Amino acid sequence: MTTDRSKLAFWLLMAPLLIWLVTLIILPHVGMFLVSLREKVGVREYETSFANYAVFLNEPLYWNTFARTAYMSIAATILTLLIGFPIAYYIAKLTRGRTKTTLFLMCLIPFWVSELVRTFGWMILLRETGVFSNALQYLGLAAGPVELLYNDAAIMTGLVYTSMLFMVVPLVTTLDSLDDSLIEAGYDLGASGFGILRQIVIPHAMPGIVSGCIVVFMLSLGNYLTPILLGGKDSLWFTGMIYSQFITRFNWELGSAFGFLLLGLSSLIVFVGLKLTGQSLGKTMVQT
Amino acid sequence: MTSETPDLECRELSKSFDNFKAVKDISLSVPQGTFFSILGPSGCGKTTLLRMIAGFQKPTSGDLLIKGKSVLDVPPNKRPVSMVFQHLALFPMMNIGANVGFGLRQRGVNKTDIEKQVTRVLERVGLGGVADRPVSSLSGGQKQRVAIARCMVLEPDVLLLDEPLGALDLKLREHMKIELKQLQSEFNTTFVYITHDQSEALVMSDQIAVMNNGEFEQTGTAKELYYEPSTAFVAGFVGEANRFSATVRNRSGDGLQMATAQGQELRGMDASGGLSVGDTVDVFVRPEAVRLSRKEQDISGLGNSGQGTVENVLFNGANSQLILRDQQTGAEMSVALPQTGEFRDLSRGDLIHFGWEHQQTRVYAATGGRDDD
Repeated sequence: MTTDRSKLAFWLLMAPLLIWLVTLIILPHVGMFLVSLREKVGVREYETSFANYAVFLNEPLYWNTFARTAYMSIAATILTLLIGFPIAYYIAKLTRGRTKTTLFLMCLIPFWVSELVRTFGWMILLRETGVFSNALQYLGLAAGPVELLYNDAAIMTGLVYTSMLFMVVPLVTTLDSLDDSLIEAGYDLGASGFGILRQIVIPHAMPGIVSGCIVVFMLSLGNYLTPILLGGKDSLWFTGMIYSQFITRFNWELGSAFGFLLLGLSSLIVFVGLKLTGQSLGKTMVQT
Repeated sequence: MTSETPDLECRELSKSFDNFKAVKDISLSVPQGTFFSILGPSGCGKTTLLRMIAGFQKPTSGDLLIKGKSVLDVPPNKRPVSMVFQHLALFPMMNIGANVGFGLRQRGVNKTDIEKQVTRVLERVGLGGVADRPVSSLSGGQKQRVAIARCMVLEPDVLLLDEPLGALDLKLREHMKIELKQLQSEFNTTFVYITHDQSEALVMSDQIAVMNNGEFEQTGTAKELYYEPSTAFVAGFVGEANRFSATVRNRSGDGLQMATAQGQELRGMDASGGLSVGDTVDVFVRPEAVRLSRKEQDISGLGNSGQGTVENVLFNGANSQLILRDQQTGAEMSVALPQTGEFRDLSRGDLIHFGWEHQQTRVYAATGGRDDD
């Protein structure tokens, strides 16, 4: 009797999660996968084949964009880590009490406004008639208006800015759990500051680094708004390609195939990243 | 081998935090190969002192010398001292061998030498063949030994220990006390050990400094501190003691005659000197210095005597205690219960005679309402 009850409670508690997973994640993906395998041979005539995937391989623009999206995302992840790590270290180890809370909030506050507004903010700063351009002219460093938007650096800035919080939060959590006496012990035993960072702090923070990197990488790879707005027409972001297949060209078959390729790519890169750092997904998720 | 210059010397070392003086003008000198303990209640400044020696905190004033050389400007990673932390601070991301070899790696010693030295030091602490195991596979006592091995492999001039036994359970702590002492004499390195546990300090140390409110109250061997405490604080902190407040009535040589407010007559020795008739004093007598007897004539020869009722028997094997209430004055005192079998049947409400020698009674000028720990 009691076991039946607890079973019922278990399924009731699991129900929202299962419904969410099945209806919003699994079913659409299965549907999309089936769509991606359809080849249009005539009006309302379809055949099952890998033709859509072949289109991707035969068109250099597609896989160039694909590769570019991947390495730009990796670069954005590394940059975010390099900028985020000192910030997280400072918040976790060198501040206490109120200062800590304040600094943490300052990282969080930009995320109270929508991503669209934040990206527009960057556009106001970077455009030809924007703040930076005017400042450069005022200081006499530039003769005429300078266009800082619509290049890779602008995309990178936007991506790093958008994902900073998702790097800082897991890093602060793991660094917080690092016992100060370990750092002191390392110092006491003759290690230099860099030696301690390399041998004690980074190994300890590895789960946080990995989970932060996974999240930031996924966010960058799947980001649509930032690359399109800050990179303009030439942004060549793979999500932009998917969008145009679905919305402008009504080619759902190819769009679905692209979607699946992106899913495969992100899974592959995360897998390789985990293998290279010797971490497992389970360990990473438990520790942060 | 013992040289003239002490391994560690502090000259009027002070440390202030804002307006609070944590360490006040401490001077100490520790000869080579000594087990030196700093004993004091929590918050007395002993940790600050140790951290200054290790280099984690900069003294406000004074000088700090190791082997005769001032190390004030030497950062902790260059000082010839190593520290065993309170919670040991073994690196969980490394195996035992890597932990012990950490310091050597920082010095750039080559790999085969590191391996050799790590193996040797682990064998010396009785943990041969564990180098490849993770730290988490060790018991509390073994971790302790790894932490010491990690420091000793660097052959420091001074090893600092910050209450490393605090986290262990009682039985293991008793065992580790003996082991630490053995390790110290084996390595023949100067140990500076801080603790709030008097029995740790008494058992292991060659020299003990009792610290209170940022100052050294007394420095000496365990026996000196126990038998001849020079201040009331030391008398109360080292070992157990009964304390009475009294007024000096008479003085002859170092001997004093006193009376408590309840009218009890006491005889004792002026411990710090300079007491005179009429002074209010604190009188200390150790529970184990009090003799018990069922017959009055057995204790009549002692300087202090009385008759009391047993209020309570705190049975704790060899450390059993008796709480007596003096019949005449109502004063309460604790007496060590001799385990000779004679008083085995003693129970609550029984009447018994007690007394102690006046040489065992130490008298200090009253310091006000301070409670002994």
